[in-house]
Amino acid sequence: MDYFEELNKDYRFKEGFHTCINCGTCTAVCPAAEFYKYDPRKIVSIVQTRDNGKIESLLKSDTIWYCGECMSCVTRCPRKNGPGLVIMALRDLSIRLGFFTESEKGRQIYPLTKVLNGNVLNYGYCVHPATFAYKDHPESGPVFEWALDHKEQVYARLGANYRGKGPGALRKIPQEDLDELKAIYDVTGGTERLELVEKHSRAKAKEMGMTMEEYAEYTFTHCSTGHFNNE
Amino acid sequence: MIYQGKQRIWSDYQKDIPADGWFYVRSCIRQNFFPASEKYFLAICRDLLGHDIYETEHHTTCGGIAYHSDTIPQETAMTIVARQFALMKEAGYKNLVTSCITSFGNYTEILETWREYPELEARIRENLWKATRREFDKPEYVAHASDLVYKYRSEIAERARFRLVDKETGLPLRIVEHIGCHYSKMFPHKGIGGAEYPCVLSGMVESWGGEVVDYPERRHCCGFGFRQYLVKANRGYSVSNTHKKFESMEPYHPDAIITNCPGCPYFLDRWQYVIAEQTGKTYGRDGFGIPVFTYEELAGLVLGYDPWDLGLQLHQVAVEPLLDKIGIEYDPSAKYLGVNKEDLLKPQMPTVLKCC
Ligand code: SF4
Ligand code: SF4
Repeated sequence: MDYFEELNKDYRFKEGFHTCINCGTCTAVCPAAEFYKYDPRKIVSIVQTRDNGKIESLLKSDTIWYCGECMSCVTRCPRKNGPGLVIMALRDLSIRLGFFTESEKGRQIYPLTKVLNGNVLNYGYCVHPATFAYKDHPESGPVFEWALDHKEQVYARLGANYRGKGPGALRKIPQEDLDELKAIYDVTGGTERLELVEKHSRAKAKEMGMTMEEYAEYTFTHCSTGHFNNE
Repeated sequence: MIYQGKQRIWSDYQKDIPADGWFYVRSCIRQNFFPASEKYFLAICRDLLGHDIYETEHHTTCGGIAYHSDTIPQETAMTIVARQFALMKEAGYKNLVTSCITSFGNYTEILETWREYPELEARIRENLWKATRREFDKPEYVAHASDLVYKYRSEIAERARFRLVDKETGLPLRIVEHIGCHYSKMFPHKGIGGAEYPCVLSGMVESWGGEVVDYPERRHCCGFGFRQYLVKANRGYSVSNTHKKFESMEPYHPDAIITNCPGCPYFLDRWQYVIAEQTGKTYGRDGFGIPVFTYEELAGLVLGYDPWDLGLQLHQVAVEPLLDKIGIEYDPSAKYLGVNKEDLLKPQMPTVLKCC
């Protein structure tokens, strides 16, 4: 497969990839480059070579997963590139080809896909208190531990319509609307994507000698040394 | 009107926001962490100021967080958004207002992409029809909820009970503003003031009596980074970026921070707690942090709503020192009570960061 041609079918790539003059402006403003061993200038540069082998290494690496998709680079590139958009296309291709399981940061797609899309399809929103566990989010602080312990009462006090009928914050989304979201996933390749991520992750978990629960927990929490600039 | 000189340059950065008639869509993050902010956006703009803002229970997420975490294809995200547009059309509205910066960026990106690639828009129409038997019109205007508060800022100022002023000295409070990357970094012409002079928040602060503090890392990301916060193993990225901002603003001694995006206030608040617990460092006075507000919370305080009705008890950084400075009354014993003063116990106190 010609990876460059494949990337070029992605609208984000069409938008975000033009001739790069290697000025490094994107790297200078990039919050990921500040802390991770990451350099958006190099990414665009490698893609620009159209070298299949080099692009394949990129698709299998941790590197493409360091970006935060903040799009700060889009504002500043003098040639109207969007390294963040190029990254989105690279990630999409890495997932489609099953290459994402080759890197530690790529494997995180498994817990992300499960949690976020589980929330969308069951609750109608990407994040929901019903699945936001304090043990996974100690940074949310003792105040949020308290709020989660008294969800119904706290959200009622603050004027939300928690799991209630009719409009309002955190309302229960009617089943017919959740069914429409599911139908959208089915028609647009969303469901297929979830199945693909599951299939490749299962194979990887097996290879690593883990159950799917262990794999989900491990990929969600494990951080090896060597990702950060100061390591 | 013919503008000249700086006025002409500045006019390029203004947005002509329609006066009225809004279809409202909620935010995944704001509902969770700042539910009262969404309530007060409607209470202020719709009920108090009398603007036409409509919400249907049938709308959903725009899928933006799942999309920017790379877990759904672009067509899935676009078709979810197309469904929101269909609901807007069915309700008879033409302008869409969203409570989230990620959504605002997402809607804008989608409309711009369709403008350039009409064949993609046609495919999304087909997708939506196949999946839901719905049809959509593109909105005439997409606003972020803060654009409306900005537009109505003088109406709010006219009704203000408090001003963003130190009651002892009479001096304006020193406020840091944080716009949120997806507001105007992708499509600068869509945000008020563009990417160079974003004034959606500074305009509110100045109308309500405060002074905006400039500092070197003012436009740096809060560090959300989608997967970089959502996955526990990556949160070093998130806290490091917030830390960079706080180190940069510290010498300017801000009294408070006002934010645009629903995620940023959560990160700027909670990472202060984590930095304090991990390193012992706090950025406010006397062991407190710098309080971080949503624009709805700040508008609500200025208008004289009760701080606990506004949801300020859900912040980890205590807001009381700032309330005292402005002279806003509050009942400390009511902070953690439920509906009808129900006793819900109290959260534990952090070890280092001082709280009330
Ligand atoms: S800012 Fe643009 S031109 Fe400069 S290195 Fe980055 S992508 Fe290339
Ligand atoms: S979008 Fe990615 S590459 Fe661009 S500035 Fe943000 S983190 Fe860096």
